[in-house]
Formats: sequence, C-alpha cells, structure tokens
Amino acid sequence: MTPLLSVQGLSKRYGAHIGCADVSFDLYPGEVMGIVGESGSGKSTLLNCMAGHLAPDTGQVVFDTRADGPQDTVTMSEPARRMLSRTDWAFVHQHARDGLRMGVSAGGNVGERLMAVGARHYGDIRGKATDWLERVEIDAARVDDRPTTFSGGMQQRLQIARNLVTGPRLVFMDEPTGGLDVSVQARLLDLLRGLVRDMGLSAIIVTHDLAVVRLLADRLMVMKSGHVVEAGLTDQVLDDPQHPYSQLLVSSVLQV
Amino acid sequence: MTDQAYNFAYLDEQTKRMIRRAILKGLAIPGYQVPFASREMPMPYGWGTGGVQVSAAVLTPADTFKVIDQGADDTTNAVSIRTFFERVAAVKTTTVTADATVIQTRHRIPEEPLTEGQILVYQVPIPEPLRFLEPRESETRKMHSLEEYGLMHVKLYEDISRHGHIATSYAYPVNVEGRYVMDPSPIPKFDNPKLNDMAAIQLFGAGREQRIYALPPYTQVVSLDFDDHPFEASKANHCCGLCGSADSYLDEVIVDDAGGRMFVCSDTDYCEARQAAGYKGKDAA
Repeated sequence: MTPLLSVQGLSKRYGAHIGCADVSFDLYPGEVMGIVGESGSGKSTLLNCMAGHLAPDTGQVVFDTRADGPQDTVTMSEPARRMLSRTDWAFVHQHARDGLRMGVSAGGNVGERLMAVGARHYGDIRGKATDWLERVEIDAARVDDRPTTFSGGMQQRLQIARNLVTGPRLVFMDEPTGGLDVSVQARLLDLLRGLVRDMGLSAIIVTHDLAVVRLLADRLMVMKSGHVVEAGLTDQVLDDPQHPYSQLLVSSVLQV
Repeated sequence: MTDQAYNFAYLDEQTKRMIRRAILKGLAIPGYQVPFASREMPMPYGWGTGGVQVSAAVLTPADTFKVIDQGADDTTNAVSIRTFFERVAAVKTTTVTADATVIQTRHRIPEEPLTEGQILVYQVPIPEPLRFLEPRESETRKMHSLEEYGLMHVKLYEDISRHGHIATSYAYPVNVEGRYVMDPSPIPKFDNPKLNDMAAIQLFGAGREQRIYALPPYTQVVSLDFDDHPFEASKANHCCGLCGSADSYLDEVIVDDAGGRMFVCSDTDYCEARQAAGYKGKDAA
C-alpha cells in the first residue's frame, strides 16, 4: 500500500536554533497520527512544514495526489500546492479566528472552499453548507449568523465544517481542543472521532493534551527539542513509555 | 487662457512617459493592475487624481476633452477638472459625448455608445476588488496571479444570504477575458454591460493607490454571478422626467419637503440632446 503522506528527513532551523530536525514517518490512508510534546518542542513547526505554510530547509514531504500519484509537495509549484491545500488538505487552527473569516456568515465560511473550486450555484452551495452545519451540530437556522456571535466551541466546529466540506483526504490539526472547556472538548473530540471514522480521513494532530491523542490517534510521536524521541502505537507509548521524556510526560498528567 | 508656467497638460514629459508605459502594459494585460509612481496633483486625493494623471498622459493638443461626474457635465468635480485642463493644456473642451476624443468620467459610462478612436478615462478610488475580503495586499496579488477568485463569490453569496438577491449595485466585480477579476470603479451595475465589447479604449487610474489598469477595445467583460442568481443590470423603474427616456440611468431628485420627487437622466448631455430633439418627459416645463 502507498502511504498517503511520506515524510523523509524533514528539518527546519531558525538561524542557529532548531525548529525540528530529521523527522521521518509514513502515514497510511485512514490513519490518525498524534504528535505530542511540550511547548517549543517543534510540533507546530513540523506541522506547518508539512502543510506548506513554512518552507523546510531539507527533506521531502511526499503526498499521494489523486491525479498524479506521489508528489513531493516541498518542490511542487506554488499553484499546485495551494490547489492541494484547498481540495485534498484541510488545516484546523488552534484559534478558530485564524481559520475563519469573522466578517462572513457561517454559510459563507463553509461555502468558501466550494466556491474556490468552482461551485457557482447558490442553492447547492447553501444546501451543502446547511448540511455541514448540522453534521457538526450547529443549528441550521444559524447559517446566516456571523462567527462572532458563536461560542468558542461552535466556532471550532464551524472551522471543522469549513475544512471538511470539500471532502479532503488529509487533515492537519493544530491543538484543535486548545482553549475550550473540558465538556466542550469532550463533545468536539466525539464529533471529530465520528467524522474521521465516517469519512475515512487521515489526520495529523498536534497537541499537548494526552487525552486527545488517546482518543483519536492510532499512532503517536513524542517530540522534544525538535527531535522525535519516541514513536509507536498510541496505547503502547502511553502505557509503556520508554524514553525518559515520554515517561515524564505521561506521569505529569493529573489523575482525577 | 493657457498658463505658460506649466508643461503641456501639467505633468512633465518624463512623468507622462512613465504613465504611458504603465498604460501600455495595462492594455497588453487587460484587467491587470499596473503599479505606477503616482504624482502629487494640485487637488486632493479622492477628487480624481488618478484619472487626471491618465488624461494628462494621453491628451494631445488636437484632442477634445469632456469630463463627467456621476454622468453630469456641470457638477463641481467635472467643472474643476475641465477648467484645470483648459488652463494647463489649452485643449478644446466639450459636453457633447460624440465630439469628445478623451472623456474623463467619475462613476458613469455615457449613455451614447462610444466609438473607435475615443478614450474613456475612469477615476478609481479602490482598484483592488478583493480589498474588503482580504486586507493583505501581498495576498491579493498572489490570488490574482494564481487566479484564485473563489473569495469574490463569497461576497456575492453574502449578499444573497442577507438580502435575498445580489445587492451590490455599484463597483460590481467583473471578469476580463476569462482571466483577471477587476473592479470597474464605482459605476452603477447598470453600466456593466457597456464595458463588454466596447469600441473605445477604457483606462482606469487610481492616484492614491498608484495603480493603472485598462481594457483595450472589444474586450470581453463578464459580470460575476451565480447560476441560479444571474447578473441583472438594474435601474430605477421610471422614465426620465425631463426627456421621457425609458432606458437611461436615472437620478432621483427630491424637489420639495413634502415627499415630492422626480427622476432625471444622470447623463446630462444625453438628456439635453433628447430634449433638443423634441422629446418631453412628464415633469418638463
């Protein structure tokens, strides 16, 4: 089986400072990969390099495109990469405000990606937008309200709807539950798990919340100071951490 | 009376040359916004400094110049610019559309079809159609170069969801030759169909924003819309009160403080020509 995403020797430096160094892994279709580590460990740098938001210094990010098979997204042309990022890829930001257009109604936010790939029928676009709002448990009657009138949890769910409407195959998530209270987090995780399973999505989730990866991720990478210190099946890493840093991370979680 | 202290048409020859180069580039790439080094003009930004610089660059001593402001030849903006060029260029001026070789306009296209050999110069306040959707200029330029125009339809989508129809009634975005999306300056959308396949050269100058763009003659210009909400050129559903014209763009004029009003052609030259030819509207004295 061809991996959906294959990362080889990815490094990014900020001057003398290491962002992430020599990261390699394969992600297969339908698989969810978690990346955990403390703040400043290079998780977000790695994610942004893979999603094309940052240019890595060395390494390859090979994505299995629908049309042409495996392509290195680092060296591909910018129009092609931007096309990927609005069709086959999705990016869920930690702060919904970064991923939404706050001055545009919920329906317009969801419809934007459809219109960006050529949808020109208002009725169809609106129908799809309403459908997606319901799938992320937002009342369809709020389709014309602006995201500014939504709660934090609703904004985050709207951002997810906006990203998934074009049926992407790979979702990058940067701390999707950050800044939400625990009950809202639980609902969001439930929803995400359902969507990932139903749509057969592959996802890469960056988080520092071990509960999130326990629930969502099949595999796990633990990062420290820009390096991957441990990788493996989620349950294996969390239940039997080998590296001292992973052990510290797991033991730091408060047991209620 | 020409003021001999100034070079012909106020700007120095090097500046006119620079502007002409921008115009030629604009004509070569219809709808593309060409940056140019806009000069300080002896009038405030927002009064047509972009249009004035373009007019200055294309005027020759043999030209006949006409200026309209919202269709009218006799409003402040039109009068001041016309007087300006009478003084610094000594060109002939006219109010008759057919006699003019260069027409500078603010917010209207004349009702009378323009012909080959005429140049229509628009004053543009904001050349970037994506400005209010994407504030980053670096990003909008990238969107233009990669032809990513989905966002423009988001604006129209918002219109329909809020008002039930596309409520944008001026500065209605157009697609030029299937490539660039362009802001046609704040002309009413009634005028949008006239942009398409026009025989005259159309030049757009934005002074404060330092951009020039252009449409060569007979360019295909399509107004953006949705399949189920097609573009409609709208106007007030009345006839002109003075000349009785049923198909010109109308201004609503309040005539008393008891709710009285009348509709008159916004194109004063068109209206006067019709009245001279004997047409009479219901409010004509």
